[in-house]
Amino acid sequence: MPKTLYDKLWQDHVVHQEADGTALLYIDRHLVHEVTSPQAFEGLKLAGRKPWRVSSIVSTPDHNTPTDHWDEGIQDPISRQQVETLDANIREVGALAYFPFRDPRMGILHVVGPEQGATLPGMTVVCGDSHTSTHGAFACMAHGIGTSEVEHVLATQCLLQKKSRTMLVAVEGSLGKGVTAKDVALAIIGTIGTAGGTGYAIEFGGSAIRGLSMEGRMTLCNMAIEGGARLGFVAVDDTTINYLKGRPFSPTGENWDKAVAHWRTLHSDEGARFDRVVMLKAEDIRPQVTWGTSPEMVVPVDGSVPDPTREADPVKREGMERALQYMGLKPAMAIKDIAIDKVFIGSCTNSRIEDLREAASVLKGRHVAGNVKLALAVPGSGLVKRQAEAEGLDKVFIAAGFEWREPGCSMCLAMNADRLEPGERCASTSNRNFEGRQGPGGRTHLVSPAMAAAAAIAGRFADVRDVL
Amino acid sequence: MEKFVRLEGLVAPLDRSNVDTDAIIPKQFLKSIKRSGFGPNAFDEWRYMDVGQPGQDSSQRPKNPNFVLNQPRYRGAEVLLTRANFGCGSSREHAPWALLDFGFKAIVAESFADIFFNNCFKNGILPIVLPAPEVEALFGQVEATPGYKLVVDLPAQAVIRPDGHAVPFQIDAFRKECLINGWDDIGLTLRHADKIREFEARRRIEQPWLFA
Ligand code: SF4
Repeated sequence: MPKTLYDKLWQDHVVHQEADGTALLYIDRHLVHEVTSPQAFEGLKLAGRKPWRVSSIVSTPDHNTPTDHWDEGIQDPISRQQVETLDANIREVGALAYFPFRDPRMGILHVVGPEQGATLPGMTVVCGDSHTSTHGAFACMAHGIGTSEVEHVLATQCLLQKKSRTMLVAVEGSLGKGVTAKDVALAIIGTIGTAGGTGYAIEFGGSAIRGLSMEGRMTLCNMAIEGGARLGFVAVDDTTINYLKGRPFSPTGENWDKAVAHWRTLHSDEGARFDRVVMLKAEDIRPQVTWGTSPEMVVPVDGSVPDPTREADPVKREGMERALQYMGLKPAMAIKDIAIDKVFIGSCTNSRIEDLREAASVLKGRHVAGNVKLALAVPGSGLVKRQAEAEGLDKVFIAAGFEWREPGCSMCLAMNADRLEPGERCASTSNRNFEGRQGPGGRTHLVSPAMAAAAAIAGRFADVRDVL
Repeated sequence: MEKFVRLEGLVAPLDRSNVDTDAIIPKQFLKSIKRSGFGPNAFDEWRYMDVGQPGQDSSQRPKNPNFVLNQPRYRGAEVLLTRANFGCGSSREHAPWALLDFGFKAIVAESFADIFFNNCFKNGILPIVLPAPEVEALFGQVEATPGYKLVVDLPAQAVIRPDGHAVPFQIDAFRKECLINGWDDIGLTLRHADKIREFEARRRIEQPWLFA
């Protein structure tokens, strides 16, 4: 019987199965950061247990680290304690790779893993972070876990899982000028809703997806969780294999050939059945901007803020009204009339080299508008930063009036000093526009890097297709 | 982990969809390296008029009188009633820790986000999915009836209303057994240690590049 990619990945990792279908799955790669691991290491120690296979661990601090004045260390004592706790834990147990604070390879785990070749096709990849779905771009079964599960993986190298249903999201055709993977991700979430993928593993397919770079596929899979799916993935093709060749932890020599032969099997078979299929036409997707406090509250840039009185479902209507109030917006207002205070280009969704290139191509020779108080560019890793500087992108950002920062999660979740003040409005390339996500009272609009750059220049949302 | 068998608890209604884990426990409290003490900061941004900081004594902070959990009639609630997609967003287990520390032992909703749903079971909280009309009816009854309590009977897989009406719910057999017995997942998994070792040994031969 033809199998889906998910079936293949699942079957390749089952160690044991309970009568009700709950399976014990083997975990190949465990990504560890400072926020969700301390309680797990402590639990392990208290129970007198040893980690099962430390060579599965790749670790770096990212959530709490500052993005400027690295020479001064971490000023916030509680953040510092968390990062130091990670240092101590990894030093004690060991890891395949650890990039401590200020290491040139430090960065957001979901950027660092792939660029190191530590995320390889066919792996199970877990991390105490919901955006672990990013690694699905490499045909991995990759998803976020809670801290108890982090401890479980440390102790047993396994996870208890129930099989998800399968969904194919197929985007056919070619994307228009200025339309990026981020717009595809937002358009998909706008179509299926933030709970549309709950209980599903989503395979992204179709010619538009095959046409994306690995960076674009990572952006797309990163957002799978915002559509409710813990898992999102793309089949292996030449793009995947070319990306991995020569990375520090990629296989070499004979192992490379063997690996490639195996990776070539990582796709859904012709005629495989999915529980649900969603089709989108690439030509229909325009640059997207969210207007509310949930990623499904999204419209094309040439659209307007929706009117709750037109919503029939009372629970939804109330949610819309609450979102409009929080966001300080009026129904039927044109998206292009919404002025912004800050711009954030970064996060595990959009902080890779291609994202920075896209933003820089819009910013080149232009300047941030006077009403924009702060524009931040935060590369996803030290290596991305170095690459961007080698290409001169830092100069473009700085000349345009952006601050060019050190890598980390930064204003994606505002655990460090980078944040919005109450009422401030931000064009952000991150993944969540929840209330308070970028700082208490802050208002987030999710967009692509090119759209964030266009908004920075205009001081309000603008259609990047007009400035390209 | 504590066992969960049967609970008779006061119900508090949180009438919103898409309540995310950052609303349940805001990010600044994630800087703690402990598992306990998050209860006073559950729903911090909705519950208080000021912005809370870790380590602060929350009993002295100005409360938002409009937030439902601040109403005296819901003090001591053990069952949280809410809408669709509860617990979406970040995977932080601090969310169930905060709810548990606040006093909730069961959550009734139309649907839950996957990772949060999983995290509940690891902490002895029972997340119960009921059809939307049943949830709607419960909201009406809770609001109309001070001191409204529900009985959650896990072995019977039913939520029993004060009027005696029993609403059945689904749960995986394995999860149910773990909750009823208070089993520790890691201990259970390690019973299969030999199988894990065998699997790993085979994998090392078949896909050696995974073990570099
Ligand atoms: S960049 Fe944002 S979403 Fe990504 S791991 Fe960091 S905090 Fe989470």
